[in-house]
Amino acid sequence: CLSERRRGQLAALSIAAVVIIVGVPLWWRTTETYRAWLPVNQINELANLQLQLSADVEVVFARGTVTPEQQKKVPTQVVISLCLFCSSPLEADLSLHTLSESPCGSLVVYVIPESSTLLPEDVDVYIGQRRTALLRIGAQMRVGRTLEQLLAHLEPRIKQVLQVMSFSHTDITAALSDRVRLSPGNKESIADSMRAFKSSPGYEITFSLLNPDPKSHRVHWDIEGAVQTYIQPLLTKLAPLANFSIDSQTLYYAMLGVNPRYDSSRSAYTLNSDSLAHVINPVEARLGSNAASSNPVLNFLLYVPDAHHSPLHIHDHKKQEVLSNAFHSPRWGGIMVYNVNGFYGPEAVFPVDININMAKVMGVFLAQLRLLLGVQSSAPPPGFLVAPCSSTGLADWELDRLMWSRTVENVATATTTITSLAQLLDQIGNIVINDNIAQQVSSAVTSLQLAVAELEAGNLGFALQYSKEAILASERAFFDPSLLHLLYFPDDQKFAIYIPLFLPMCVPILLSLLKIVSEARQKRRERQAKKD
Amino acid sequence: FDTSAPETVDPSSVPQPKDDFQEELVIRPLHSGDIYASFQFRTVWETDFMRGNKVSHYRLFPKSLGQVISKFSVRELHISFTQGYWRTMQWGQPFQPSPPGAELWVWFQDSAECKVYAAGCVDGTWKELTNVLSGIFCASLNFIDSTNTVQPSASFKPLGIGNETDHRFLRYATLPREIVCTENLTPWKKLLPCGSKAGLAVLLKSEKLFHSSFHSQAVHIRPVCQDWQCKTTSWELRQTLNVVFDLHNSAQGKREWSLFKMFSRTLTEACPLASSSKIYIDITDNPQGEQFEVSPATPLLSQAVVLGDRRTFSVYDLTQQITFGTVRSLNLLIRWKSSEGDMLRPLLHAERYVAGYGLQTGEIHTLMYNNHPYRSFPVLLLDSVPWYLRLYIHTLTVTSKGKDNKPSYIHYQPSKDRLRPHLLEMLVQLPPNSVTEVTVQFERALLKWTEYTPDPNHGFYVGSSVISSLVPSIVAMDTNSTRERPLFSSFFPCKEESSYFVRVYTEPLLVNLPTPDFSMPYNVICLTCTVVAVGYGSLYNLLTRSFQIEEPSPGLAKRIANIIRKMRGVPPL
Repeated sequence: CLSERRRGQLAALSIAAVVIIVGVPLWWRTTETYRAWLPVNQINELANLQLQLSADVEVVFARGTVTPEQQKKVPTQVVISLCLFCSSPLEADLSLHTLSESPCGSLVVYVIPESSTLLPEDVDVYIGQRRTALLRIGAQMRVGRTLEQLLAHLEPRIKQVLQVMSFSHTDITAALSDRVRLSPGNKESIADSMRAFKSSPGYEITFSLLNPDPKSHRVHWDIEGAVQTYIQPLLTKLAPLANFSIDSQTLYYAMLGVNPRYDSSRSAYTLNSDSLAHVINPVEARLGSNAASSNPVLNFLLYVPDAHHSPLHIHDHKKQEVLSNAFHSPRWGGIMVYNVNGFYGPEAVFPVDININMAKVMGVFLAQLRLLLGVQSSAPPPGFLVAPCSSTGLADWELDRLMWSRTVENVATATTTITSLAQLLDQIGNIVINDNIAQQVSSAVTSLQLAVAELEAGNLGFALQYSKEAILASERAFFDPSLLHLLYFPDDQKFAIYIPLFLPMCVPILLSLLKIVSEARQKRRERQAKKD
Repeated sequence: FDTSAPETVDPSSVPQPKDDFQEELVIRPLHSGDIYASFQFRTVWETDFMRGNKVSHYRLFPKSLGQVISKFSVRELHISFTQGYWRTMQWGQPFQPSPPGAELWVWFQDSAECKVYAAGCVDGTWKELTNVLSGIFCASLNFIDSTNTVQPSASFKPLGIGNETDHRFLRYATLPREIVCTENLTPWKKLLPCGSKAGLAVLLKSEKLFHSSFHSQAVHIRPVCQDWQCKTTSWELRQTLNVVFDLHNSAQGKREWSLFKMFSRTLTEACPLASSSKIYIDITDNPQGEQFEVSPATPLLSQAVVLGDRRTFSVYDLTQQITFGTVRSLNLLIRWKSSEGDMLRPLLHAERYVAGYGLQTGEIHTLMYNNHPYRSFPVLLLDSVPWYLRLYIHTLTVTSKGKDNKPSYIHYQPSKDRLRPHLLEMLVQLPPNSVTEVTVQFERALLKWTEYTPDPNHGFYVGSSVISSLVPSIVAMDTNSTRERPLFSSFFPCKEESSYFVRVYTEPLLVNLPTPDFSMPYNVICLTCTVVAVGYGSLYNLLTRSFQIEEPSPGLAKRIANIIRKMRGVPPL
């Protein structure tokens, strides 16, 4: 009888053991969601990332700026004679460029003697079209006896040059402002950063000619030629930054969203600056989205007012006519109003053929494009002279400036994407993490680390390249559709399904285990009592 | 700024635009008292989308479609959205046939990168293309996947120029369930250069267009010849819209139609961008005006050979101010005088139905009618059947006039479950004045429970059969494709004078599949768990309980006696 009881207890114990050792792990394994390994530690390191930017600055002393004893200490003979026959700084700049090709992101500062006639009287610093600057040495700077002292004197000036030509604190905070919460800077730089498009691997530029009145105006524009002449050189220059594609269309019967007011004093129609906000929406419905890519679109609209509402002028806040008759909308594009009523008389036979002066139009659009792409032309500090725009519309150092801020922005964007993805995956355990996502995350992290390292080393070109790769990989991981699959599979439903099996199975096991335990306890008490 | 450049110019120095836009409306009064209106808008652009050539500056051609052609290297694209079924026997042949629901067929260019691995490469492009088009037209074309796409070998030849006939570059798909409504019309109208602001397109008001018996809108893009020698090619975008208004529904039973009654609009101008803008009214059956009268009268008459018949049309040229008269508005009025007269029977028509009972097997019957009194002609029949109807191809029979009619060409591609549909194409000779019946049996497959549509008891649609044929023509057809002709007569290219091309769509089928109770999975889980738990419980009890022999309990009398003895203090029995 006792052995029978013993056998029953053993059976209950072994069933409980089988359930715990085989059943539970089997159930766990088969219902578990697959989660590939993610480099969590490295991602956490990225979350508190210290960015360090360094730019190579080469300082070249022209003959006559260093005393002979200082010259002795200059490690290599970099002192050169500076373009004896140049009469203007522009020529000097060009000839210096041929002298040394500086890589992307670096700067060369040529120090010229105080007596040089190359620069006008009140100008101390001249910034060229390439990556060079001319710096006139001041009288007070020559007091130092050693080269170190001389360099120490030059330092504040060179810092200023660097801020104009490469990056300044405000640039970097502006680039980071969307991603990282920083102390509010001055309003203007924030507005600047809000105006420019977000960094993206590609942009679509669309020029649209809006002709609301094809019955009166037959408008022709040579957009193909104009793009080749005015826009393409700038975009070729910007090619390292992003891919651009350009197209154009003509839209008929496209109206502005607001009715312009007639101003009898000027006998013209006016659009007030506060009504400009309502202009875009109805037009945008006609523009059509880009079917072939998902890159952001920059819209440039040329609006030819209909014959009954001409001429049309845009007025600013002070009720003054805007000279260019154009305005831009941040992160969207620009609109220009082109009046044609002056080109035909009252006795003209409709429709009138009109050829648009593309030079005038493209001048406005080019300026807007520069603004929207974030090529800032902030006023240089006093004593600085900036070289006029070259034929490409963009100086080398302006491109560098853009590349600095874009790289920083990319790094910030990719970092926030990756860290928020990691957070999300950490919080919701039900999401399946496939191998390809893990791979994208790892490659994004690697690219990010490389980009940061290249930024520290001052290799701007590589840094931009890696930051682009990081953005692409992180976005691909973040927006992968496989992450959505099990998101809405709550635990309570899962248990509702298992309860009909688990409850009848576990209750007898638990009960018999309790019984065994209580019996064992009673036996021990009896033994204790016997001993006593 | 330099404003000295000449801005107005004399017209001679303006470069001739390379694109051209035409619009026209054909109105055909039907004998049933209904009215058929067919809009055609054609943009022809002398440009080259072939071989990856980048086209980026658009004028009349819509940019969104141009980008689609460039990006996906499309050679030809035909898309149609139709609500309602075209009744061939009542209404005759339409100018552009289309099946109910959505239909999309595309020829891709044999670009260099797609030459080697044609199938996979084109499949990827096709998937992307359908997604983009569903965005452009606000339709559920994204439901097109490999299970409803076929590559017909003979039925869908390119309609434009090009001798590419390798059907690996062709994809054809239909969505018979697609409902067409305003949200599809609005993006379609947006593709027109004048939008719906001027020209014939002002008539396209959705509240009237969708209050009709039949509505079909389509977009056709193809390369065409510029001139007779075909030295240069142009790209043609043809937007068509066909609508049939019902006598009782739209006209309250009165046999009197006007533009205003049909569209609740009248015309005041042509689209200023159109090089030609015309309205044609078919008055062939009404030469002396004894059937109906048309007002205002027009002196312009035009004859055109269309669908194998020479038809006469009254023409209203909207580019002429005189058309609009003194009221500056054109409201065409068609008043029927008698309801007699009969329509010419269409030479070819077809119908289809499912026979059989129960939810296991069935039979598809397709009937093709040749109404020609003495000529027989061949037709190409295309059937694309979803995989969940398993066709028994050995049961395929084709009979005409009670006799077996052996198809001269059969192309059959069996389905693969969840991967591709059945494709059956065959060339059948239809004897004169006969009905040819094609039957094939099928078995209904069981779907997985997630594969059912949200309303599975409604049934599953099977797309229309397509019957393409060269029908013998009564009059000589015009084979010159570049001659100036009305748009409605120049859609299908004509290779020979003695016959003309006709495409007929049958009704789509609605088939019931065995439908489970959808709470079944949870029930099954619960039942299985209960069964397992019961079995487990008894097994557990058997294993763990110990069994002892117990003495039978004493009887009631004995127990009472024992209690009494206990009270007396005597030992029990």
